[in-house]
Amino acid sequence: MLRLEKRPQPSAAWGWATPVLAVGLTMIAGGILFAALGKDPFAAIKMIFWDPLFSPQFAAFSRPQLLVKAGPLILIAVGLAIGFRAGIWNIGAEGQYIIGAICGAAVALAFFPAPGWYIFPLMVIAGAFGGWAWAMIPAILKTRFNTNEILVSLLLVYVAEKILAAMATGRMRNPDGAGFPGSRNIAQYPAASNLEIIAGTGMHWGVVAAFIAVIFAYVMLHRHMLGYHVQLAGQAPRAARFAGVAPSRLVVLCLGFSGALAGLAGLFEVAGPARMISIDFNVGYGFTAIIVAFLGRLHPVGIVLAGLLMALTYIGGEIAQFMLGLPAASIQVFQGMLLFFLLALDVLSNYRIRLSRAEAA
Amino acid sequence: MIDLSSINPVVLAAALMVAATPILLAAIGELVVEKAGVLNLGVEGMMITGAVTGFAVAVMTRDPYLGLLAAAFGGAAISLLFALLTQVMMANQVASGLALTLFGLGFSALLGQGFVGVSPPRTAKLDFGFLSDLPILGPILFRHDPMVYVSLALVAGVWYFLNYTRGGRILRAVGENHEAAHALGYRVRRVRILAIAFGGACAGLGGAYLSLIRVPQWTEGMTAGAGWIALALVVFSSWRPWRVVLGAYLFGGIIVLQLNLQAAGFRIPVEYLAMSPYLVTILVLVIMSSGRARKTLAAPGSLGRPFHATG
Repeated sequence: MLRLEKRPQPSAAWGWATPVLAVGLTMIAGGILFAALGKDPFAAIKMIFWDPLFSPQFAAFSRPQLLVKAGPLILIAVGLAIGFRAGIWNIGAEGQYIIGAICGAAVALAFFPAPGWYIFPLMVIAGAFGGWAWAMIPAILKTRFNTNEILVSLLLVYVAEKILAAMATGRMRNPDGAGFPGSRNIAQYPAASNLEIIAGTGMHWGVVAAFIAVIFAYVMLHRHMLGYHVQLAGQAPRAARFAGVAPSRLVVLCLGFSGALAGLAGLFEVAGPARMISIDFNVGYGFTAIIVAFLGRLHPVGIVLAGLLMALTYIGGEIAQFMLGLPAASIQVFQGMLLFFLLALDVLSNYRIRLSRAEAA
Repeated sequence: MIDLSSINPVVLAAALMVAATPILLAAIGELVVEKAGVLNLGVEGMMITGAVTGFAVAVMTRDPYLGLLAAAFGGAAISLLFALLTQVMMANQVASGLALTLFGLGFSALLGQGFVGVSPPRTAKLDFGFLSDLPILGPILFRHDPMVYVSLALVAGVWYFLNYTRGGRILRAVGENHEAAHALGYRVRRVRILAIAFGGACAGLGGAYLSLIRVPQWTEGMTAGAGWIALALVVFSSWRPWRVVLGAYLFGGIIVLQLNLQAAGFRIPVEYLAMSPYLVTILVLVIMSSGRARKTLAAPGSLGRPFHATG
């Protein structure tokens, strides 16, 4: 009979190996899924993981997409990971992303069509502020009324989606848009657009922001007192209190930081790749970022790798959809499976598996 | 123009019971899970899985009841993934619940592809003879589909089980203090796995009620947060079965009223009305979690804590 024995310290080696193993198992399970859907599993897996980068047919288009898709994922996931480490669960990043985009777009639309170097920086501030403010709702309810931040932040996603719909069909609708829902095209408004910094790379300001956030998070977690407090609060809440960590301050900081980053991600998206506020503006980056955070083991550098891999599945998924007629939802299933395998395999880093004779368990 | 006279209170009250039933079913299942000390945040994922399996089976067999049965099995089956992760692999419950929701949303969209725009077989309304013909009370209480009454019977059953049976006491002991329960020789893990499966079956039924009876149609992501509202409802109920009914009917009322105001051409844009159920849920959570109310909350002692038997 198999028995689990808790390791005194999580194994560092397994900590690195489990994400890789999880990706491998997901490929196998995904292959079985694709075969069940009547598609060639090997072709599908190759299309998802190889073709976006190396296929002569697609790479020219899809390589820049890698940064475009990974940027928001990394930006959001870095913020979430700090909270997750402290045991503060902001799972409403999707909502903060939407509100950040709306606030940023509002600034752009208010100035339209004026030129001015200051417009884009103002949008960035507005986007971060919007996400921060939306995350402050669960934070303050948690610290003041002890309300569960998981439920509140998640429920606010639905509220944000309704606000988005109201904006796209109401106040922000393009006055020259012949009555169609959706705002003006912000990407075509030079003072406000978030275009590629280096043509053909997919590198826009959101990607730059993501890398700055990664460095910032790394320094904070590993070189700063606050990072130590975050770790302590997550692993030993009682000890943290004795060490002088104020739990409510940590809640406000973690939710605020992740909210601001999610808001930024939304702003950069609406002014760049998404081009405008529309009803279907949000595509689930806020939720996928949760998977990215776990796949990257809540570590800033790991999150960069995980974000790139997740972006790859998005792009490869689109190619497989186009070439093999693979249903769009199968990529969502694929990403969900990845999180399952990851959580399941974590048992290996926290426990030793021992063989023992069957006795009273 | 606003025309409140078009809102008929009797029709409203009748629709309330139907609107409340999906969240009532999911919440009573989650209540049992949480009473066993497990926090399963995957309710939304289990509901949508139930919604699609129930719909698919009902369409293929032309029998809504087979569909509902299949939905319960589907919900339970996917909840066992959560049980495997949290009870066997000792994974974090919050993360595993989220994984279940993300996976369930994708999986259901995949399964449901061929069923978009299809009409499910109709579920007949029950006829209680003279009771159904009563003025006012008849249409409100006695002219619903059987599931409305099944959900209430389920609440009664859960209430009886938790308070008056040996199994219920064991389940509560496991939820209050798993170390003590383990020391007494109760199988903590087994009890929890069974509770999780029950919760999954209830959530699956709730989802299928949405797709087969309330809407009735299959669309991607059709649960639209009902699972999360059900989770909040368990907090609202202070983990007491009858209060879940109260809470569910309260929310049912808000949902129906909001829809009626939309139809009556209320001057507020529909989006703002549509966000009201979520806002009210948050408000209720705040009231229930703060100050004096908190003392009476009585969350199970071991809720969300992992249990690993040593020795």
